Amino acid sequence: MKGKVIVITSGKGGVGKTTTTANLGTALAMMGQKVVLVDTDIGLRNLDVVMGLENRIVFDIVDVVNGHCKLKQALIRDKRFEGLCLLPAAQTKDKTAVTPHQMKNLTNELRKDFDIILVDCPAGIEQGFKNAIAGADDAIIVATPEVSSVRDADRIIGLLEAAGLNRARLIINRLRKNMVKRGDMMDIDDILDILSIDLLGVVPEDEMIIVSTNKGEPAVLETNSRAGGAYRRIARRIMGEEVPLLTDEAGNFMERFKKMIKLAR
Amino acid sequence: MLEIISKLFNRENMASKDIAKERLRLVLVHDRSFSSPELLNALKEDLIRVIREYMDIDEDALVVDLANEDDSIALIASIPVRGFRRAVNQ
Repeated sequence: MKGKVIVITSGKGGVGKTTTTANLGTALAMMGQKVVLVDTDIGLRNLDVVMGLENRIVFDIVDVVNGHCKLKQALIRDKRFEGLCLLPAAQTKDKTAVTPHQMKNLTNELRKDFDIILVDCPAGIEQGFKNAIAGADDAIIVATPEVSSVRDADRIIGLLEAAGLNRARLIINRLRKNMVKRGDMMDIDDILDILSIDLLGVVPEDEMIIVSTNKGEPAVLETNSRAGGAYRRIARRIMGEEVPLLTDEAGNFMERFKKMIKLAR
Repeated sequence: MLEIISKLFNRENMASKDIAKERLRLVLVHDRSFSSPELLNALKEDLIRVIREYMDIDEDALVVDLANEDDSIALIASIPVRGFRRAVNQ
């Protein structure tokens, strides 16, 4: 069986790409998938600290593509889950240390041993972005309900389409229900209307994310975390399960959806 | 459209998310057109093809562009006409 490569991208920085990669990867591993997380943010690596694996790095992605070590030597096994691995970015080089061609070869190599390869893309649309999408079959776009983030997401959708990735799906991150209710934050409908893209999931704003990042334990491990729960449901959707949005996540969107169903009857 | 315009006149009373949405809508029209100039070129070629059926135009002097007008964006086409084709009654 051949593994699937999914890139997690956003254009804008600080909207939650790395947190999303860590949580979805962990959730998919909890479901029994063999998962590898690839950090392509060379020079600014962070997926290792979010996963709590920073002390175990020996080799990195640049060592692998340059043949300084074998791929297996650079992979860090997450002891919490069978079949969850991390390929860390290099911290001392820059984005030009890897080429899109090398990334394609690398992801093809990883397909042999893993079911799902999650690629954490750096912010921006330059070389780092081009590297991250080079070997991808599918893309997940992370955006927060803010003008700057949605604008950048729109640009990213265009660039992904130009690269042949036409089925990108959106995760709306850090939605604040109270602000949506009083009309001070765009809701799910507004964002989907602007971007015309399929929705993969909605993650509510949750302080637990900061607590879990402090500890290096992804929020999906925490049963009480609302964001963690949202990520677990998104992971099930990635596996093809139909998981409806919770009213808690959806706010107005769900209300309108329910009304539509009633009207149809 | 009228609704949007009247809304924009009372920005003070508008929910801030509606302002966000309207601003995004406008900025994305620009982003999308400038990030793919080939789109405007394709439109230009299609326009020439259609208009040529009806009149004789100066193709080299034809200009198609997007222009910002207050709170909306307009597609402005300047097409110099050399003459009309003779109508053929069927």
